[in-house]
Amino acid sequence: MMADFLIRAVLAGLVLAVVAGPLGCFIVWRRMAYFGDTLAHSALLGISLSLLFQVNVQLAVILACCGVALALVFLERRRSLATDTLLGILAHSSLALGLVLLSFTDNRIDLMAFLFGDLLAVSAQELWVMVVGGLLSCAVLARFWNPLLALTLHQELAQVEGLPVARLRLLLMLVMAVVVAVSMKIVGVLLITSLLIIPPAAARRFANSPEQMALGASAIGCIAVLLGIGASWWWDTPTGPSIVVVAALLYLVGSLPGGKR
Amino acid sequence: MNHQHSPVLATSTPLLQLQGIAYAPENREILRDVSLELHSGQILTVIGPNGAGKTTLIKIAMGLVSPSAGSVQRVPGLRIGYMPQRLQVEATMPIQVERFLRLGPAAQSQRLREALEEVGAPHVLKSSLNTLSGGELQRVLLARALLHEPQLLVLDEPTQGVDLKGQAELYRLITRIRDRHQCAVLMVSHDLHLVMSSTDEVICLNQHVCCHGHPEQVSNDPAYLELFGKRNVEAVALYTHHHNHHHDLTGCVVKEHKHEHP
Repeated sequence: MMADFLIRAVLAGLVLAVVAGPLGCFIVWRRMAYFGDTLAHSALLGISLSLLFQVNVQLAVILACCGVALALVFLERRRSLATDTLLGILAHSSLALGLVLLSFTDNRIDLMAFLFGDLLAVSAQELWVMVVGGLLSCAVLARFWNPLLALTLHQELAQVEGLPVARLRLLLMLVMAVVVAVSMKIVGVLLITSLLIIPPAAARRFANSPEQMALGASAIGCIAVLLGIGASWWWDTPTGPSIVVVAALLYLVGSLPGGKR
Repeated sequence: MNHQHSPVLATSTPLLQLQGIAYAPENREILRDVSLELHSGQILTVIGPNGAGKTTLIKIAMGLVSPSAGSVQRVPGLRIGYMPQRLQVEATMPIQVERFLRLGPAAQSQRLREALEEVGAPHVLKSSLNTLSGGELQRVLLARALLHEPQLLVLDEPTQGVDLKGQAELYRLITRIRDRHQCAVLMVSHDLHLVMSSTDEVICLNQHVCCHGHPEQVSNDPAYLELFGKRNVEAVALYTHHHNHHHDLTGCVVKEHKHEHP
């Protein structure tokens, strides 16, 4: 007889793993890992704002992440600084602002839960937000898969061929913001990017097409979630970090010399 | 450009017309007062040193970049096939040539094979994009540009990363494509001696148009000689000779085709 909270944890983890596969591939192909980190840092700003203004945490985090994504698009257009510098400014100023704002609230919140995730405490309502957000993101990625691939391979070629590249880039950024925001509870702010990039990296070696890599990444992510929760259950280790450790081990095993190709 | 050398071309309306183009983002002048026009069946080559604004000029021609001044006129609904300077495929991206070609405007499998055959690279259809040689990758890019029957082919340094023999072969291929499809070709190159025989008109660009005209005419123009240095130009002249055959990608001898012009 499994406890409800365990079922919710498994479902939440699997939803994230499934959407993180294809999304993570784009992050790897487009070298956007640092952007993922920036979004994760800004999630903390969202948490502080939700406490200050007494609004739903997940909603506030989604808005904060989307806000940072839009800020990046705007700043990139002015091209005064390199993108990684802009990301550094956005990431750390939003993190710092979040921590400063947090000191104005009366609530004593458990910062650790936000930094490293608290998968076993996912509520039914939070699970629903994750399922809806995850499925929506999957649907958007599936619908725009080919245009996004064309954009990733060569932006100007895609533009000459008639694709709305600026809107596609914004779309990808917003999907990333939503996924990072809804999955914050699972592995926490500090580890979210790892779940987006380790499974695609592990799947790369066994893939012959972009689709195989995306599905493979989803599958590897699901295995990492199940084994990670299992490990956490048997050995009483922190859940989020356990999932990431399993994913990293899967990557290592897959990278051993010998295997296929 | 007032200069017209072919009576057939003179009567048609230009596919593309640039007038008085200037481009100076943040007061950094890249192009000033560049005009050109291009008719179907015509090959126009833009040559010039690094930083001359060649790539910027063709991006303006395609509408990827808006000029600071001047006008760009394209025939309405102009189909452009673009071959970018180079495609850097991330090592993390597993993708086969066939899939890459499919990412372009919708095309039937038969058409994909035809396009690859036309550029002389039918054997790479199932190859991974990461494993192609420089010459093969350029040909795949050319095939993608050809997929939707372009009226205008825009080629940015089409022989980038290709050895000297392969470069001459690629330029001959471009001429054959022009002959077969009667499309206009706008290309960027830095080696006049190689494009000499395969271009109708040359624009020598160094932020402005230094000189323009027939390739022979340009190669004797004082402005051209000054830009590229007399010594270099003389060394290059030695290279102008003809082979009686050429090779395809796999090294086989290919017979020269006689082109029937109506």
